[in-house]
Amino acid sequence: MRALSYLDRLEAEAIDVMREVVAQAERPVLLYSIGKDSSVLLHLARKAFFPGKLPFPLLHVDTTWKFRDMYAFRDEIAGSDDLELLVYINQEGVMQGIGPFSHGSAVHTDVMKTEALKQALDRYGFDAAIGGARRDEERSRAKERIFSFRSKGHRWDPKNQRPELWRLYNARKQQGESMRVFPLSNWTELDVWHYVHREAIPIVPLYFAQERPVVEREGQLILVDDERMPLAPGEQPVMARVRFRTLGCYPLSGAVESDAQTVPEIIREMLTSSVSERQGRVIDRDSEGSMEKKKREGYF
Amino acid sequence: MEAYLREREHKELLRFITCGSVDDGKSTLIGRLLYESGKLFDDQLEALESDSRRIGTQGGELDFALLLDGLSAEREQGITIDVAYRYFSTERRNFIVADTPGHEQYTRNMVTGASTADCALVLVDARKGVVTQTRRHTFIVSALGIRHAAFVVTKLDLVDYEETPFREIERRCREIAAGLGLDVTCIPVSGLRGDNVVERSASMPWYDGPSLMEYLESVEVDGTRMQRKPFRLPVQWVNRPDLDFRGFAGTIASGTVRAGDRVGIYPGGIESSVSRIVTYDGDLDTAVAGQAVTLVLSDEIDVSRGDVIAETGAPPEVADSFEATIVWMDEKPMLRGRTYLMRAGTRTVGATIAPLKYKLNLESLEHVAATHLDLNEIGVCAIELSEPIAFDPYTENRDTGGFILVDRITNQTVGAGLLRFALRRSQNVHWQALDVDKSARAASKQQRPCVLWFTGLSGAGKSTIANLVERRLHTLGCHTYLLDGDNVRHGLNKDLGFTDEDRVENIRRVAEVAKLMVDAGLIVIVAFISPFASERRMARALLAEGEFIEVHVDTPLALAEERDPKGLYRKARAGELKNFTGIDSPYEAPEHPEIRLETAALTAEQSAQAVVEFLESRGMLP
Repeated sequence: MRALSYLDRLEAEAIDVMREVVAQAERPVLLYSIGKDSSVLLHLARKAFFPGKLPFPLLHVDTTWKFRDMYAFRDEIAGSDDLELLVYINQEGVMQGIGPFSHGSAVHTDVMKTEALKQALDRYGFDAAIGGARRDEERSRAKERIFSFRSKGHRWDPKNQRPELWRLYNARKQQGESMRVFPLSNWTELDVWHYVHREAIPIVPLYFAQERPVVEREGQLILVDDERMPLAPGEQPVMARVRFRTLGCYPLSGAVESDAQTVPEIIREMLTSSVSERQGRVIDRDSEGSMEKKKREGYF
Repeated sequence: MEAYLREREHKELLRFITCGSVDDGKSTLIGRLLYESGKLFDDQLEALESDSRRIGTQGGELDFALLLDGLSAEREQGITIDVAYRYFSTERRNFIVADTPGHEQYTRNMVTGASTADCALVLVDARKGVVTQTRRHTFIVSALGIRHAAFVVTKLDLVDYEETPFREIERRCREIAAGLGLDVTCIPVSGLRGDNVVERSASMPWYDGPSLMEYLESVEVDGTRMQRKPFRLPVQWVNRPDLDFRGFAGTIASGTVRAGDRVGIYPGGIESSVSRIVTYDGDLDTAVAGQAVTLVLSDEIDVSRGDVIAETGAPPEVADSFEATIVWMDEKPMLRGRTYLMRAGTRTVGATIAPLKYKLNLESLEHVAATHLDLNEIGVCAIELSEPIAFDPYTENRDTGGFILVDRITNQTVGAGLLRFALRRSQNVHWQALDVDKSARAASKQQRPCVLWFTGLSGAGKSTIANLVERRLHTLGCHTYLLDGDNVRHGLNKDLGFTDEDRVENIRRVAEVAKLMVDAGLIVIVAFISPFASERRMARALLAEGEFIEVHVDTPLALAEERDPKGLYRKARAGELKNFTGIDSPYEAPEHPEIRLETAALTAEQSAQAVVEFLESRGMLP
């Protein structure tokens, strides 16, 4: 008799959570952000419902500012015949020309991400949204339930969360209320990479080191990914061997210098790294408790 | 790297909680563990340094508590409100720690953290010694089936690292734990200074036990314990992608299953055998507790979410009446006679709270007589279910013996419970099928039986209107009966008072009587204040669709008080009458009654006419 391995336990828990969503919710959706956590979620969903197709669609809330490599990867995923992928863009935001360079990260994220997400959930009538957030990412996430209740208007009330005991998830709600569900709650960043490696899960090539054109701004290496990137007079992109630990909008994602070209090499770098993965995220540092604030308002 | 990953994958996992009273230094201690295990990154350390200077409580030195108290309110108030989960690892083990709050009003969050833990650290402040929360948390830890506990005596630096206070606390902790069957260790530490956290401290030469980290790395983790128990798989979801495949998906709660095994589907007990164990990575020959799989059975039998697939040699018990331990988690008290939704495994059923056997005094752990449970109280009571379920005692199996109670109106999780054993009466009292049934009785009276449920404030006019309605129906040749609140309290319910739990029981009995009368074919008129939405909903649930007609006699409080036909409002205002609805006891108005009578605008006759017309329009009358 042998105990289940640590990764097997995490995997089983995530599968259990996804099945629970499908059993309890009327119209679930998987929020697909194209990053490694989404790749892992998708892989787990396929395991949970095998041999059937995915019993829910994938939803990509597109800010229109993702890396080109991410769009290519997403379009390839959308071609799989066992799933349906929906893309939602906040058209009002597009018409107002909202973008990270012109309006700053806070406004851009609020309009094109948080607002867009709420619009999409309302538009399609999704009552349970599965996301890849992990408790080890950020302080206020560490307090969140696996099944996280949202009142009408998608608001999170951290002081009034439902007790969550054993594996008994209570997803009951009134019309208009919804759940956010986090099957990877108990995973760490290392676990995600470990699992990507063990299961050979495809991920966006931006995670691997390569010569890329970057400029340095406020201590962050920003990839010059398309012609929308305004360069200051005299500012010249330089080629550097970099990769990304987390992916989002390219103007808001800092690269790290690296030689890691395989997942084990990434893990080796992580083990010797001295900064956390969110460090490359511009939006987290806007203000004290900024993630909690965004989450209360409906951010994922 | 591959070797490292293989080793990492098979590292043992220890899930533990930290609990104890507020200000015992829990967050500081966990912060120190994370710091010492090298789990903090530079940017997190920088943020911690700046936070410590700005809002820290350690005079500018690193305040580790700030690492864990993640919510703004927590950081501002310097307290922990909700469970925070943290992750770290050492060479030997991976750890998931649930840091739970110490304030009494957050006991429910502590219970949440304990429900998935293998081990508990109960913190005790060296200066304050054992307090109520120490006892309360130790009891909860043992009740939830945690077998290993360490009493971590903190802030030894503040008592000059002296042995005597520690030994005294140790003696008292061992006393508490003795009756609870816990395996106990006591460790003196300073989270702030790091003494005995990872390295054994030179400041306490008199202590020869393990450091906290040594304890966490060595405390017994039995990763195969659940595999050695009988096979149970609560069915989560039926996977039916096409006509050729029908699989039952779920996580194995205990035991081992092999292709070919004989299994039963409970509570029904129909037998079949496992033909395939399906996973994305290929069919398995064997699957064990903890794995999420999909079973295919060899027979076409009806299996749905909520059923338990189990081995036939050691089947789960099946019952609809239990004795259970309940931890109450809602601001509104748990009331005897009220019906909640119960989630046990993957099944959801109605559960009615029968009289409480006792509640626990958490100071003395004595049994105290009780009629209800308030927030954070723990009690033992009988519960009766709307249908039988398959279960194991909680001490045998957390997944098939633990349950939550959900409020049917707010959908909040209001209680957590542990099934102890089935009550005999549920196995010995059977429903007797009768040849003459409700429709036969109703047909001979040429009417459709129903309940007209009049609810409203005292003095609203319920009895007056109900009386008029019955007279009119009688004239029309209907067979009726009027159950009046005051009259029933002279007989059937004369043992009940006006506390919330007695009001719930009052309505439960009347609803059951009304149901019997509907079964007898009568049109039943109930005139009761029935102030709580929950019990009216319970009454509605007892009857068939369309049989329950809620009539809200809607009279403004001021008007009812002005009428005051029995002089009761005057007495209540004078303080001579306690728990009077509308004065010091709430009235929850129906949101969607079938009939609403606004008596400020209608006479009693007009109101009665409206009710009779409603019945006619529904074709209820001869």
